[in-house]
Amino acid sequence: MTAVSDRQKLAYVNSQAADGRVNLEFETEEGMTLNLGPQHPATHGTLRIVVKLDGEQVLSCEPVMGYMHRGYEKLTEVRTYPQVTTLINRIDWLGSFANEVPFILAAEKLMEIEAPPRAQWIRTILFELSRIANISLFVGDMALHIGAMTAAFYAFRDREFVLNQIESATGGRFHPNFNRIGGLKDDLPKGWVADTKASLERIRDFCDEMEILVEGNEIFQARTRGIGVIPSEIALQFGLSGANLRASGVDWDLRRDQPVGLVWDKVDWKVITHPDGDSFARFWVRLQEIRESCNIVEQLLDGLPAGPYMAKVPRVIKVPEGEAWVATENPLGEMGYYLVSQGGLGPFRVKIRTASFNNVSVVPWVCRGVYVPDVVTILASLYFILGDIDR
Amino acid sequence: MDAVATDAEREQIVADLRDRLGDALVGFHIRPGDDLWVRVTRDVWQEAGMIARDHLGFRAFEFVSAIDWLPSPFGKGEDSSLDPIPQVAGDIVTGYAGGDTRFQVFARAHSLSQHMGITLKVDLPDDDLSVATWIPVFAGANWHEREAREMFGITFVGHPHPVNIYLPGQFEGHPLRKDFPLLSRHVKPWPGIVDIEPLPGGSSEPSSEEGEA
Amino acid sequence: MTDSVVLGLELAYWQQSILRVIGVLVAVLLPAGTFVYVFLFKMVSFMQSRLGPMEAGPFGSLQLLAEVGKWLQKEDITPERADRVLFKMAPYLVVGTVLLTYMVVPFGPDLHLAKFDTGIFFALAVSSISSLGVLLAGWASANKYSLIGGLRAAGQLIAYELPMILAVVGVVIQAGTMNMSGIVAAQAGGSIFGVDIIGNPFFITQFVGFVVFMIAVQAELGQTPFDMPIAESELVTGYLTEYSGIRFLLFFIGEFAAAGAFSAIAATLFLGGWAVPSAWVELDNNIFNLLGPIILLTKMMLIGGFIFFIRFTYPRFREDQLQRLAWTVLIPISLANILVTTVLKVAF
Repeated sequence: MTAVSDRQKLAYVNSQAADGRVNLEFETEEGMTLNLGPQHPATHGTLRIVVKLDGEQVLSCEPVMGYMHRGYEKLTEVRTYPQVTTLINRIDWLGSFANEVPFILAAEKLMEIEAPPRAQWIRTILFELSRIANISLFVGDMALHIGAMTAAFYAFRDREFVLNQIESATGGRFHPNFNRIGGLKDDLPKGWVADTKASLERIRDFCDEMEILVEGNEIFQARTRGIGVIPSEIALQFGLSGANLRASGVDWDLRRDQPVGLVWDKVDWKVITHPDGDSFARFWVRLQEIRESCNIVEQLLDGLPAGPYMAKVPRVIKVPEGEAWVATENPLGEMGYYLVSQGGLGPFRVKIRTASFNNVSVVPWVCRGVYVPDVVTILASLYFILGDIDR
Repeated sequence: MDAVATDAEREQIVADLRDRLGDALVGFHIRPGDDLWVRVTRDVWQEAGMIARDHLGFRAFEFVSAIDWLPSPFGKGEDSSLDPIPQVAGDIVTGYAGGDTRFQVFARAHSLSQHMGITLKVDLPDDDLSVATWIPVFAGANWHEREAREMFGITFVGHPHPVNIYLPGQFEGHPLRKDFPLLSRHVKPWPGIVDIEPLPGGSSEPSSEEGEA
Repeated sequence: MTDSVVLGLELAYWQQSILRVIGVLVAVLLPAGTFVYVFLFKMVSFMQSRLGPMEAGPFGSLQLLAEVGKWLQKEDITPERADRVLFKMAPYLVVGTVLLTYMVVPFGPDLHLAKFDTGIFFALAVSSISSLGVLLAGWASANKYSLIGGLRAAGQLIAYELPMILAVVGVVIQAGTMNMSGIVAAQAGGSIFGVDIIGNPFFITQFVGFVVFMIAVQAELGQTPFDMPIAESELVTGYLTEYSGIRFLLFFIGEFAAAGAFSAIAATLFLGGWAVPSAWVELDNNIFNLLGPIILLTKMMLIGGFIFFIRFTYPRFREDQLQRLAWTVLIPISLANILVTTVLKVAF
């Protein structure tokens, strides 16, 4: 690499001049600095990862965010509670419905309102459907990053069936904005339950297909097993959550362990864990969680109670003074809202704790000494959405 | 499975913390059946984290952030940009577990075994916005502290890489402070709080902020 | 070396040269275009549950022309700090070597562009030059992604040239000649343990060699699971990152023409080339100068279909895994294959 070092230095100086916004310490004397991103196929969004290489081996790795920072925490302070859900739909844009739920629950907790049972059940169903839609895309996406393009098309194809169900219930494929404080905007449309069951069958077939096409593939296993091992203690230290934590062998699922007012405890399902903590484990756990979500949705659909879908709420939503923390097990991991109210029409401060921010913060730790392709594997297996990091 | 922690357990946590920290624990709050807040002094901020992690079982990290308790001098920005900016008067009202100063840093961790979380708070005096870093406690605090640093202007003593995480390098000001105006709101006024406009014939609760109707 | 009679016509040397050039261009572009349409556009689309191009021509069959037209119109950009000469030269080097590879493939009893006694040796030697073109492209682009892609390609070349040649050695031992026409004749007229109804296609008697050869071809072509030089998800597009317009088109043609060339070589070495078993018909018939290319193209499509089926099914290896596969698995296997072939050849 020494032969290109002059060119590297030039490129470095130029990049500094053009892009003085980030003051990272580059040491170009040894190794070579490679910018993965901000526009790069593997970062699905505008994440930039500055990788220092010795040959193809990674010496150090530093994610640089902020290209998509939208300042939602500031914006929430000038909006009313019903308006905030529009914003937070855009955080994890692949699982938008699930984003709304913890915020609404936090507001309901402070107002001491409880949504009627039917609303809770529908919330849980849609929550799990957005998890299925989100994670089935992950399955294809991870295969794509490892080089198998076909699986990605299957994922996009079969995700459609779930998105259609979300759309027919909420009116929005990506940003439903369907939750209201005290319940939901609307009831389910006619025939929705049967259609959803049919789409779940498609998703189960998809899982079988992916197990054969991707998970059982020797090359896929060679690329993912033992790559990016995160021990459980490190995972907890960095605040990893969701499937990333469970893939490290920590048996922790907020759906089971921290009931927040949704009805996961009414159905029979199990928490998936894997002891290895490597990229394969993260893939495997997520794939199995799609199946579990299908089971959850199916049971919930069978037991859907009748009744109102909206509680009695005042016309003007004013949340009493107080602080509340509600976190739910979102598709990407634990998403929590620390809501501070001072009795006004809008929140005083909202701290949005997103899963991807914590999940990606482990990247510098885990990407030392691996090869360039492994960086892509690890990033794909940690599964982040840029909006979820940058908020 | 006992999924819900009881308030007795929370009180036990507070008692344990008080044993170890003594007077450095300056306040606490328990929301019945829900959650626990503890406020400590600035000197024991890191130590409190260590105790919570090592002795009380709060091994899983959630976040570190900060809050500015100053009432917003700009209202909620619904007013026309032609009007003078309303100076909303008011005293600082702090939240659970109390508080003496404008800025508070708060952090959260949870316990896998006891199924409960804890929110630790610390007051920062206005003339010295600095506090010890939590990176030795939880390595994941690194990025959270970088965010709090740029958003509130708080120095985390001992942070190895205190640079901006979201904002451009030359950005001036600290956006999440209440006295940092949301300029877009002043350039282009928000068209009002549409959610509470009165229905025809309905007797909706009038709001002081309801501008043009 | 070469016959002066082509298709029964007496031709001067310059006339032969023109014929050769036209012949090579047709032989390169026709299968390359067919491969792109049949495999890259259509087969893959059906594998991925989509339709592929449907608008340009019946079933999108003219899509390729549209794509070529698009690329020709695009600006041909050379990066500012690129090594301009090498950067511009690289695509021609890649395409040129593919043209040379086709020179020695026989299409019929008298239908060959050049007839060497060391034909297969020539083809393998020439085909490896294209990786030099790739290395040049990677180096000259002044782009780190390109550089890594180019270096990976070079590593791949060294690793997979060896098993490929060793796999071919088994065929050469069995056929007793390096002349590609001779290899075709040996398969058409051969017999397996005295049974000559299907001749002796070497993919049966040299099955191990065939498998090793196909894996090495996949790597030599840079197709998934060995597409690290391009590796879209890691290196953007590797050595192609900085290319646009006609130079990108040349690389594209080179990629698929090389796929065609290696399919032709594999079909000739292992599937009997242009011939059918001589137990069926008399092969020394002039009609085979017309049927031969069609038979060969059919066999090439089989091989090509296999290559692209693998490409769009499998994920990608990592560079070190690729090296390990070549040096610890493929080379020992092909050496053992040579040993066994030699022993059997002497024994029978």
